[in-house]
Amino acid sequence: MAESGAGTAARAGERRSQNGGDPRASRAGGFGRPSLLRRFFEEVQSRLTADLDDRDPDFIRENLSLSWLIASIWFRGEVRGMEKVPEEGPVLLVGNHSGGTITPDTIVFTLAFNTYFGVERRFYQLAHNLVLTSPLGPYLRRFGTVAASHENARKALDAGAAVLVYPGGDWEVNRPTWEANRIDFAGRRGFVKLALDAGVPIVPVVSIGGQETAIFLTHGERLAKLLRLDKLLRLKTLPVNLSLPWIVNVGDFLGHLPLPAKITVQVMDPIDLRERYGPEPDPDRIYEDVTSLMQDKLTEMAAERQLPVIG
Amino acid sequence: MRIEQKVTVDAPRHLVWHHVTEPANYPVFMEGLTRWDIAGDIHSGLGARYRMLLRVGAADVGGLIEIVEWQPEGDMAWSSVTGVDQRGRWRLRELADGRTRVSFRFAYGVAGGGLAGLIAERVAAPGLRRRFHQSLINLKRAVEAQRESAAVG
Repeated sequence: MAESGAGTAARAGERRSQNGGDPRASRAGGFGRPSLLRRFFEEVQSRLTADLDDRDPDFIRENLSLSWLIASIWFRGEVRGMEKVPEEGPVLLVGNHSGGTITPDTIVFTLAFNTYFGVERRFYQLAHNLVLTSPLGPYLRRFGTVAASHENARKALDAGAAVLVYPGGDWEVNRPTWEANRIDFAGRRGFVKLALDAGVPIVPVVSIGGQETAIFLTHGERLAKLLRLDKLLRLKTLPVNLSLPWIVNVGDFLGHLPLPAKITVQVMDPIDLRERYGPEPDPDRIYEDVTSLMQDKLTEMAAERQLPVIG
Repeated sequence: MRIEQKVTVDAPRHLVWHHVTEPANYPVFMEGLTRWDIAGDIHSGLGARYRMLLRVGAADVGGLIEIVEWQPEGDMAWSSVTGVDQRGRWRLRELADGRTRVSFRFAYGVAGGGLAGLIAERVAAPGLRRRFHQSLINLKRAVEAQRESAAVG
């Protein structure tokens, strides 16, 4: 982790050196002098800029044991159909997301991908800016996590990598428990444009169990508005769940101890968008088709499930 | 972590050797194998490579392995090229009554895995031990059935 931090600092330094290392140039930025605040913003900016070379296969291999223990013992993870992912070349893996800020579906699937294809295969996961700027950020960057943006994802796909995206992201992970078996991308269609622009197939990845790791009550849109968080911090939601050790957990900023729910992940057949939808595909139709396919699979997996948490 | 399982097969050594060196037999007798492909041009023998995965807990674990030792009707050993570090060995010894003593050794681990690695190795061991035990029973049944059918023929 220290190495990654050093790497990040070095990159920030490189960027600084682009202005010739003249300290007066920093003043021109409006901070008066190279202040802590400026360094903080540089660090944040640096963490949100994808450097694909931050991914470290040796580091991933050395840490697979911990992921394996968590995924096998706590979540009894089961991933089906990994052989459906094209053996090589760029691919966009599109998943539904669950579990609040602790997203066990990511832990289970990332482990399965790395062990199935080997850590040598380039594999990146897109994550919310908050995740990358958290103290876990440098650790996750070495795992191949990059800030979710069209530019970062495109860079990775153009480099021939597999990219995992959760379009529903921060919205979907906090859906109420009674909507646990619902695909909810909140209309975010960016993944379709990304796959079309990059000319890569989409592989839907459906998971179940993550929303049983706590009792999720609400996205908290009205609460955020009431507390004026939308104005003050640009936070449109303030999710509330019942979880350990907090009991009533508002915001889920510090995460929670997830219940040991069984996580099952199903990889679906790849979709070649040009082949299926022709040379001028309609992104709205693709979005509807992909989410419908995933919803059907999730409904089927929910029917298989006998008991919450137990699986 | 190292696991060793043994079984005595009521068949001559060359039959057992033929069975354990034929890659096509592995998906049949090896329990928990989720992937087994020949990688490269060499079907079997020194330098042959296989892409293998074994279901262990929440993951399919394995990688590319290569045959690094080949003593006909005696020992065959392999080592990992990519994936989880592993070494394995078939060791066949002829008994006086025409039967064959078969030893299967499997050592695995993750270099640099630290404490989590050590714990994971131990947690995985009982399941692997059961799988290899069952695999040797499958092997014994298959080879003995082959010997009987040869005797009838």
